[in-house]
Amino acid sequence: MFAEFGHFALVTAFAIAICQGMIPLYGYATQQDTLIATAKPLALLQGFALAVSFAVLTHGFLVHDFSIHYVANNSNLYLPWYFRMSAVWGAHEGSLLLWALILAGWGVAVSLFSRGIPEHMAAIVLSVMGMIGIGFIAFMLFTSNPFERLLPFAPANGKDLNPLLQDPGLIFHPPMLYMGYVGLSVAYAFAMAALIAGRLDATWARWSRPWTTIAWSFLTFGIALGSWWAYYELGWGGWWFWDPVENASLIPWLVATALMHSLAVTEKRGLFRSWTVLLAIAAFSLSLLGTFLVRSGVLTSVHAFANDPERGVFILGFLIVVIGGSLTLYAIRAAAVSEPGRFGWLSRESWLLFNNLMLTVLAVSVLLGTLYPLLVDAVGGGKVSVGPPFFNAVFVPLTAILVSFMVFGPLTSWQHMKDTRQYRPLIVAAIVSILVGALWPTQMLGDYSIASALGTVLALWLVLGTLLDIWQRRLEYGSAWVMARKVGAGFFGMWVAHIGVAVTVFGVAMVENHTEHRDVRMGPGDVQALGPYEVRFIQMESLQGPNYSSEMGTFEVWEGSRLYQAVTPEKRVYSASQMTMTEAAIDPGFTRDLYIALGEPLGDGDWAVRLSIKPFVDWIWGGSFLMGFGGIIAILDRRYRRARARQQQPVTPAEQATVV
Amino acid sequence: MNPKRKQRLLIILGMVFGLGIAVGLVMYALSQNINLFFTPTQIATGTAPNDQFIRVGGMVREGSVSRDPTSLKVAFDVTDFDHNVRVTYTGILPDLFREGQGVVVQGRVHDGLFAATEVLAKHDENYMPPEVTEALRQSGQLDKMMGKN
Repeated sequence: MFAEFGHFALVTAFAIAICQGMIPLYGYATQQDTLIATAKPLALLQGFALAVSFAVLTHGFLVHDFSIHYVANNSNLYLPWYFRMSAVWGAHEGSLLLWALILAGWGVAVSLFSRGIPEHMAAIVLSVMGMIGIGFIAFMLFTSNPFERLLPFAPANGKDLNPLLQDPGLIFHPPMLYMGYVGLSVAYAFAMAALIAGRLDATWARWSRPWTTIAWSFLTFGIALGSWWAYYELGWGGWWFWDPVENASLIPWLVATALMHSLAVTEKRGLFRSWTVLLAIAAFSLSLLGTFLVRSGVLTSVHAFANDPERGVFILGFLIVVIGGSLTLYAIRAAAVSEPGRFGWLSRESWLLFNNLMLTVLAVSVLLGTLYPLLVDAVGGGKVSVGPPFFNAVFVPLTAILVSFMVFGPLTSWQHMKDTRQYRPLIVAAIVSILVGALWPTQMLGDYSIASALGTVLALWLVLGTLLDIWQRRLEYGSAWVMARKVGAGFFGMWVAHIGVAVTVFGVAMVENHTEHRDVRMGPGDVQALGPYEVRFIQMESLQGPNYSSEMGTFEVWEGSRLYQAVTPEKRVYSASQMTMTEAAIDPGFTRDLYIALGEPLGDGDWAVRLSIKPFVDWIWGGSFLMGFGGIIAILDRRYRRARARQQQPVTPAEQATVV
Repeated sequence: MNPKRKQRLLIILGMVFGLGIAVGLVMYALSQNINLFFTPTQIATGTAPNDQFIRVGGMVREGSVSRDPTSLKVAFDVTDFDHNVRVTYTGILPDLFREGQGVVVQGRVHDGLFAATEVLAKHDENYMPPEVTEALRQSGQLDKMMGKN
């Protein structure tokens, strides 16, 4: 009966979501404060109902209730408890439940932390989020119920969780990614609320900014974790495959990055308002598109599940409603927005406009490349695929241009910069970056590479430019201490995130140009050279894990006559699914990862073995972590907390001017 | 024209210009990097181009995998049950590669052999790449396969 209770909670959440989507909005339209006031309690209730539902499904996994179809398909008696917890979101139905739970969680967060926002605005935001909730819960109830029973013939044991997902990476990657995807719904809801209430102004931007930034941070963490997980678990040491599903997370990330920067202009200068709203709509719609791509199986992808098309149709319909509805609202309302104020050619606005242009172009290119096979197929052009060469050819040069101009924005003043004195030290930064960058590849393994030199120049240039910005602020405030107190967390967050970009760029440039990589045939006793090391295949042995059997190789890595380390890559066969998995042995390091993985047995005791040295590969994720962390620092800015106090003050003339 | 309109016009022109360049670049890159998909039958009958980078999908024919005893060279047949294509590959095969399973291979046809640079097998046992489904449908073998499962 327990599972039915979870189902019941889900139905209840559906009913609450309907109320949340309708009542506060109706209250706003008819000016009834009592109805507007229902928004927050309803959001809390919906969160509670979904939490109950989620807890019931988790309980089903923990107690091995194989009469639940979803549990039987994705768990097993021998699956360790922590993987049973994460198996809840290991497949379609459960990950949707997690999606809905996180959406409701953001709703709860908005109702708890929106005291600085007028009651009716918060109510509209929650109403819009309620509507999104209706869509997703309906999707679950009508096409993908996680509580469906297998009665009366419940199996004695489950089919087991996909072995790829039996990994600590899976425990964190989907929740983080969903926090980001779904968090963008808050930015979207704020944009919708601004359109509905006709309040597309700087104040709206200030309310929306911390939510956008924190969602972006989660999205950054989620993508980085996914990439890291692919690197060590998918088996082949790549960190990004331009897989449609990876692209589906990258596209909203690019748009959300543009949105963050555009919101800055809207908050500080009241400009770009219509554009900002469009970006907010686009960011969330693209998250939905990502969900559609993953869940419908329309594209060939490592993430694709065997799936029925009905689900795809549902999400596609939902997508059309969301995009169509919001663009219609936009068309009706945004026309009335006037853009006060102007800015000169040399101004921070110009640089941020350039940033937005580049990020949008990047997002559009990735989107085109991802959807192109679908478009060609739809017009009867046959099956085609677009591979990494396309994405690299487009993405890398555009990103290089974007990164090379990143240093200018923060160094430039708003509105109009009269003299370019602040740029002068950049000449030194440029010379240092070019000299050091040009020489750097000679210090690395492998041939001299122009791409590697360029990557180093860019990374160094960005770090030096950011340091210059920090230094100039310090001069402005007189002392480091005064600056630290006065400058605001927003700036610190930006500096950390920008340095994170430099770190990632450097890591990518090194890995892509200086990886030493060899696939070889080895048997016990064989020795292979790998960069400065010598790799000796010592032995193979068979092991038994809780739900798999394993062939484990022992390799010794020698540095000259000194034994550096012994590593043990494995080949596992999971008992329930009979799936083979590669467990690579990775020795992580600050300047390089040593990567050894077993391929397949070749007979005569020989194995195919992959040996790699991946220089600075961990910097890719380290840099991404810095970016996400920068976002978290930024939302601690005092002015977001001061919002309430300011709310009660009379509107200043400057603000008055921006109110439409 | 008032200065504000002028500025807006310039912004829009800039955006159109940027997007134009981007779309041009994207289209050019797309035209250079699209891999067309062919079925084993199309290759056997010579419909597929020689020495051009393409993808082929189908099932790995049972009993067709043979390995070179001293290196990582491997050869196998990809079939749609009408025709076979002999595929050669040097390197490590994916974990889910096995006889009787669907694969997609990328590479070039040369002298009737398909020299693969990449072999893709998917991570979900029940999942069939759309290309393979397509190849089997064209050869009329899909229903038979589905019946078997």
